[in-house]
Amino acid sequence: MIELRDVTKTFPSGPSGPSSASKGSGRDGKKRAEGGFTAVDGVSLTIDRGSVFGIVGHSGAGKSTLLRLVNYLEEPTSGSVLVDGQDLGALSERRRRAVRRSIGMVFQQFNLFRSRTVLGNVAYPLKLAGLGRAEARERAEEVLRFVGLEEYARRYPEQLSGGQRQRVGIARALATSPGVLLCDEATSALDPQTTQEVLALLKRVGGELGVTIVLITHEMEVVRGICDKVAVMEAGKVVETGGVYDVFARPRHPTTEAFVRSALQDLPEAATWDRLRARHGGRLVTVPVTENGAAGTRELSRLLREHAVDFTVAHAGVAEVQDRPLGSVTLELRGADEDIDAVLLHLASRTTVGAR
Amino acid sequence: MKVDWNEFWVKVVDATGETVYMVLVTLALSGVLGTVVGLALFATRKGGILRNRVVFAVLNALINVIRPIPFIIAIVALSPVTRSVVGTMIGTEAAIFPMVVVATFGVARIVEGNLLSVEPGVIEAARSMGASPVRIIVTVLVPEALGPLVLGFTFMLVALIDFSAVAGTVGGGGVGNLAMTYGYLRFDTSVMVVAVAVLVVLVQLAQLLGNFLARKVLRR
Repeated sequence: MIELRDVTKTFPSGPSGPSSASKGSGRDGKKRAEGGFTAVDGVSLTIDRGSVFGIVGHSGAGKSTLLRLVNYLEEPTSGSVLVDGQDLGALSERRRRAVRRSIGMVFQQFNLFRSRTVLGNVAYPLKLAGLGRAEARERAEEVLRFVGLEEYARRYPEQLSGGQRQRVGIARALATSPGVLLCDEATSALDPQTTQEVLALLKRVGGELGVTIVLITHEMEVVRGICDKVAVMEAGKVVETGGVYDVFARPRHPTTEAFVRSALQDLPEAATWDRLRARHGGRLVTVPVTENGAAGTRELSRLLREHAVDFTVAHAGVAEVQDRPLGSVTLELRGADEDIDAVLLHLASRTTVGAR
Repeated sequence: MKVDWNEFWVKVVDATGETVYMVLVTLALSGVLGTVVGLALFATRKGGILRNRVVFAVLNALINVIRPIPFIIAIVALSPVTRSVVGTMIGTEAAIFPMVVVATFGVARIVEGNLLSVEPGVIEAARSMGASPVRIIVTVLVPEALGPLVLGFTFMLVALIDFSAVAGTVGGGGVGNLAMTYGYLRFDTSVMVVAVAVLVVLVQLAQLLGNFLARKVLRR
């Protein structure tokens, strides 16, 4: 289990990013917040063992820094980070390095060693862990089989495609059988098809190996695809957190709402409304689609029949979120005005209905 | 008085041997020392893996003081130190000392520059795997920068051939000395031509070797 308790990270000058961070000692750094750039601002999160936890936010929201606080690549200015109950701030740098060996990390730009073969890349963390040459090689080959790249063991990274490189990155991160895998925008440099392949692999990592996955992304699609839980970040703060289906179905914060809509693409945008209205003479009504169907489809169907109202589907977007359908459908209703009103009234008593 | 080439060629071979000896010994010593200084410079810089403002500032200032001094001035200026270290101020051994001093700081800058070209992400990846700073330097930084480092060292090797010729003019031995004493002071153009030709050939060989090694390391 990973626990962040009121964690804040302030960089001394300007939002120059994590790499130029200066050494900040855990406890006394609070003063430095003045004049600096606060990338992560009082974040508390609990990430359960075995879950796939997504942190979503726009670039500059602080998610990259937050991820680096988990394995203490960045030291928090204040607050504490606990991994399996162990406060990383209380450990010596030497002990922290041992903890890092139990936390794998995957990067947007893969960060593979160009001077090493695929096998050499995957074997590197094993050598750090003290394995002998033969053992390291054997284990590296095993992990490469898991990611389906055993035939590429002798190649160099530049001879691989982006998707293959990221699979090598994942294999390297998994070599030492870590309990946690941190993914830093692992699919952002990949095309949609390759993204799906890599996400499928990460799903297997979580499912078959039981590894806790913490991933950051600016694409809600990624969260929808593989996460159990999600935290939405904005300006260094976590503005919303919860189960992925719940957050998708009932986003509370405007930022979350925008992310959800971009992933579901279910609601017509303003320009689309204009076109819909030009095309459809009847009344347009949007009803949500959940695991019970469109506003309880059976109910809708009965209502329409009873009130002699006809419908045409004008717009719809439904996606699977955690294996359950979610989205909305916009219908054009045709019939007598009072009949349509009656239908809407009934529907509105059961679900949120948007009529225009 | 012109030289007698029937006998003089032996002197050319000897002088070439001295030049090669001076250059290789200097390259070995300054290569090791310069790499250490360069690594220290890289690691202690702001945001580096062993950041240390004092060490960085001292090394940086030292390099910036030594590097702008023209080599011919450095030889003369360092001569008292050379005498106390080597025991003499003239000859091949005496030429090597100032060459090593000056080349060390040149190599340090080359090493620093090439390490800076290594993707910071790769270093971060190694850190995320729990590698210690020294381990990162030895097993990540140096191998990742090896291609450009080989080319940098080749550049240094060529510069050292140049240095050795300059050292020759102030009694350092080697092809430079030959060109100076026979070619310049005795107005024998043939010696000058041969000396220049030897230097050109040496530089060509050094560059060919460097390019070959770099190609092997870079796999292209």
